[in-house]
Amino acid sequence: MVSQKREKSLDVQQMIADKKNKGLGRKAEKLVPTILFITAAVSVLTTIGIVFTLIFETIEFFRRVSFWEYITGTEWLPFAGEPSYGILPLVLGTLKVTGIAIVVAVPLGLAVAIYLSEFASDKVRRVIKPILEVLAGVPTIVYGFFALTFVTPMLQKIFPSLEIFNALSPGLIIGLMILPTIASLSEDALSSVPNAMREGALGLGSTKLEVALKIILPAALSGVLASVVLAMSRAIGETMIVSLAGGSTPLFNFDVTGSIQTMTAYIVQVSTGDAGYGTTIYYSIYAVGFTLFIFTLIMNLIASWISKRFREEY
Amino acid sequence: MVQAIVREEQQTKQEMKVLQNQPRENVYETNNLNLWYGDKHALKDINLNIQENNVTAIIGPSGCGKSTYLKTLNRMVELVPSVRTTGEINYRQRNILDKGYSVEELRTKVGMVFQKPNPFPKSIYDNIAYGPRIHGIKNKKVLDQIVEQSLRGAAIWDEVKDRLHDNAYGLSGGQQQRICIARCLAIEPDVILMDEPTSALDPISTLKVEELVQELKENYSIIIVTHNMQQAARISDKTAFFLNGEVIEFDATDKIFSNPSDKRTEDYVSGRFG
Ligand SMILES: Nc1ncnc2c1ncn2[C@@H]1O[C@H](COP(=O)(O)OP(=O)(O)OP(=O)(O)O)[C@@H](O)[C@H]1O
Ligand SMILES: [Mg+2]
Repeated sequence: MVSQKREKSLDVQQMIADKKNKGLGRKAEKLVPTILFITAAVSVLTTIGIVFTLIFETIEFFRRVSFWEYITGTEWLPFAGEPSYGILPLVLGTLKVTGIAIVVAVPLGLAVAIYLSEFASDKVRRVIKPILEVLAGVPTIVYGFFALTFVTPMLQKIFPSLEIFNALSPGLIIGLMILPTIASLSEDALSSVPNAMREGALGLGSTKLEVALKIILPAALSGVLASVVLAMSRAIGETMIVSLAGGSTPLFNFDVTGSIQTMTAYIVQVSTGDAGYGTTIYYSIYAVGFTLFIFTLIMNLIASWISKRFREEY
Repeated sequence: MVQAIVREEQQTKQEMKVLQNQPRENVYETNNLNLWYGDKHALKDINLNIQENNVTAIIGPSGCGKSTYLKTLNRMVELVPSVRTTGEINYRQRNILDKGYSVEELRTKVGMVFQKPNPFPKSIYDNIAYGPRIHGIKNKKVLDQIVEQSLRGAAIWDEVKDRLHDNAYGLSGGQQQRICIARCLAIEPDVILMDEPTSALDPISTLKVEELVQELKENYSIIIVTHNMQQAARISDKTAFFLNGEVIEFDATDKIFSNPSDKRTEDYVSGRFG
């Protein structure tokens, strides 16, 4: 039985009580959530504002141009004497570039991710990961110039029929641009699979490659797919590279060697030109912007569906 | 399948030996094994012979090197980059520490069950079929048969037979551990290493796993690390007592628990330290 209190040099309970009564802690406790709420509200309101502007200007556009013509038309000629607003050539331009980029970036990005997470030593990983993150931060205008002045001339040596402006070169470069995103995020997903999975599989006589491809990759599938979807929406929204190296000829065909125009490149073309306020051309950039927004929204929905459908179970 | 035939041969040999009252063969002969994690000398001059179709228990206080020794037996310990070993471990007369020895081949013969159940995030069926599949068995009928046989072998068939295609993570911890044992049985190994396989389980699941170990020793050689003294006494034929990286005593389980020759063993098994 302890009947007498121990002799103490420090009374921790007393100190805690003193601290609690000091006013600042109390006030901060109430003030901080309010500040956080205001910050959150401002950013939500801004977003809502942007979306509404987009919607109103788009509605104005569709007062002038038939919605049906817009989504099924195969000719985009806003500057012609008799203008025609069929979005499909622009969508196709975007899809060509995005498709090429994904074909380049997914296999390479996954290879890098698997190498880093399953095979590389700690030392190698510590060197390469930051490099990837720096690569992801290179301004896209640099990539654009690189595509136009280096990659296109080089490709022309291999394919002499390649035009100066084409889908291939910016597609490849966008692939290079989104590769670090896929590699880095997929690496995070792969290396967060618990080591117990690796041990279990190695213990059954698997090789490291079998462990990586048959256990770790499927276990990290949701993270890996999410990285691909994120990279895809970056490719769709990419502007500088396609403006510089893709051209400004919206054509409805499946040729990747000729000049194209993407949705983003069209918006740049009009915004930097002198289309007057209130003209149909002016409203068209909102319609195109809204279309782009729909595409990105779909990407986000796919991403959240993926993370629900392929939730990690371990 | 080939392994099954080989095992049958081994079994008949075994039966003959029992009839002729010959000693069982050693699966493992460890000679002067030393192991370091960097500068830390974790195993010191280990000499141990482990007999086939026996349950060998490894006991000792925390940090004495039980897991390290077990993981050396299938070379899993090499996953730690700083590990260095000297000496030899002969598995069926071949030194597994030789550079040329294929770890994949070794681990196909020597299965392992871990402390925390670690099924793959796949269906129960795919968990069991994983091992046979990576070793080239693709035929659906054969796989079905292997899956059923392994789940029966691990005494969990009745509990999961209606949900083979559900994710293994929907099972209880005890069931997951038996899935892991079944996964190991599916490639019909020669030896099964178990590192505290019941320490994360409730008493009833523990009992089930213990009964299972008793059944499995007919066909497999089992080496089990445990902190549970009663468990070692109940299920093992031989017991090795480890202390600070050394083997203090290795003998028949009865002898270790009733009449140990070393004072330190006696202190440990009677609960006076550790
Ligand atoms: N990866 C590692 N790196 C460095 N030292 C390690 C490593 N793993 C184990 N050790 C050390 O080696 C010694 C033996 O560890 P081991 O895990 O084999 O002990 P154990 O007998 O299994 O203990 P427990 O009963 O707690 O599981 C310990 O002193 C431990 O600190
Ligand atoms: Mg241990």
